[in-house]
Amino acid sequence: MKQLKAKIIGNKRIAPDFYKMRLASAYLAKNSKPGQFVEIECSKGGEIFLRRPLGVHRILNDGIEVLYEVVGPGTKSLSAKTAGEYIDIIGPLGNGFFVQRTAYSAQRTAALVAGGVGVAPLVALAETLVNSSKLIVHSKRRKLYVLIGACKKGHVLCVNDLKKLGAEVVVYTEDGSLGKKGLITQGLTSLLSTINYELSTIYACGPYPMLKAISHIAESSGISCQVSMEERMACGVGVCLGCPVKAKSGGYKMVCKDGPVFDSKEIAW
Amino acid sequence: MVNLGTKIGKLQLKNPVMAASGTFGPEYGELIDVNKLGAYIAKTITLNARIGNPPPRVCDTPSGMLNSIGLENGGLDDFIKNKLPPLKRLKIPLIASIAGDDAGEFKELTRGLSKSQKIEALEINLSCPNVKHGKRDFLIAQDEEATYETIEAVRRSTTLTIIAKLSPNVTDIKKVARAAERAGADALSLINTLVGMAIDIDTKRPVLGNITGGLSGPAIKPIALRMVREAYKSTRIPIVGIGGVMDYKDAVEFILCGASAIQVGTANFINPAASIEIIDGIKDYMAKNNIREIKELTGALKT
Repeated sequence: MKQLKAKIIGNKRIAPDFYKMRLASAYLAKNSKPGQFVEIECSKGGEIFLRRPLGVHRILNDGIEVLYEVVGPGTKSLSAKTAGEYIDIIGPLGNGFFVQRTAYSAQRTAALVAGGVGVAPLVALAETLVNSSKLIVHSKRRKLYVLIGACKKGHVLCVNDLKKLGAEVVVYTEDGSLGKKGLITQGLTSLLSTINYELSTIYACGPYPMLKAISHIAESSGISCQVSMEERMACGVGVCLGCPVKAKSGGYKMVCKDGPVFDSKEIAW
Repeated sequence: MVNLGTKIGKLQLKNPVMAASGTFGPEYGELIDVNKLGAYIAKTITLNARIGNPPPRVCDTPSGMLNSIGLENGGLDDFIKNKLPPLKRLKIPLIASIAGDDAGEFKELTRGLSKSQKIEALEINLSCPNVKHGKRDFLIAQDEEATYETIEAVRRSTTLTIIAKLSPNVTDIKKVARAAERAGADALSLINTLVGMAIDIDTKRPVLGNITGGLSGPAIKPIALRMVREAYKSTRIPIVGIGGVMDYKDAVEFILCGASAIQVGTANFINPAASIEIIDGIKDYMAKNNIREIKELTGALKT
């Protein structure tokens, strides 16, 4: 990790309340892994005091992208920033997804399950999975599965990016305004009942109740499952012990340093 | 030539800037040269391991933050076995921070830590607002007698420098400061965090899992400055100023109010290089103002 000033290359609104920010940094490009995050200073001093942790959305040749939802004053102030400005970043932080070699081989595939803006880090993961296994893109039969669930249409993001990668994208919305109506957990259950080859790993990112449900499904199906967790953070590096998640082994693990990606079996849901 | 050196009890520091307990750790060694600090203060330990408070434990507030970590730590044995060995490589003084339910626990912690060759001072955390100590429903630092008893017990158990960390959640800081001095504290550090709350009006719930937490950051600096000045005027022992120090100007303000050294806490989360920048800033300020030693500046407030 490093503390650095990165130039904003672009900060585009991709849907109401959702923004994609591209940051120039050869260091972050070289050192970031899917599932890791960065701590961004939203404003110097003033009202927005703590840094905001944002997942790495894409790893480019010369920088990274973050995708965020405007949910409060911190992300609101980020959304007002424009290309050419510099922002202070600490990163990359945390452990990324553990990409098993078997996750995506000739016999197996993986399913990525996103809830809302939780799709953000899964795009970086999808790119890595596809690029590290050229085979798959040419396979007509077997694809990487990406399941995206959201409350409504405008909150379903990155579908085209993922389709371009060759992924089979399934969409569920709670109000039925896009894709099938229902929760994404239903999508996972029905995928598991129809898929005719082995699903090796589920990678999930989204709200806690969704991750909990996904983890149960994975466990009862005997599929390994990695979840990317979220918690309010201060330092982001493991110093302040401010972002705990209950661990099965007793006590707490820190989302920033021990995660944000955990094996779902490590968490006391 | 500017001399940044300062003395806290028997502790000779090469500069007056330390990172506050619980806001700094070996992780920051990747970002800054820790050996440039005046001293290293470890996170508070208790005799037995503590699991800490339920999440959320932190939240952003105007010009500050609330935390309710709850002294999560592995206990004395874990500290000696696992945390202390890597800290022995530090080239700067190491200060351990301890908290306990009663004088007996403080004694045991003090004895356990005094055996180490590396630890040069103990900061006695009498003021963490996020834990309940045994049957007591107040903080040690909220009570003169409890403060006296605790510091006296520690004093009888060690020759190490003792720094009593005081709470701002009191009616009269002067009384507690004097009680700690009488009991044999070599120095005082203040302030710890102020008890506060944050509310989510959509859920109608407190933001923090522990309901209340400790407020820190620039929001509390004016209170901290006032209390440092009061403690300085009512005791004769060195004061370590803490509370919203973000840059060298804040540090100089504390020194003018009577601090012989300062601690940088919450600022570490915002800017891990803050302490190093503050050391350089104090040096420049002293050079520009023809101040040769920190002690010329300590308490030099004109009123």
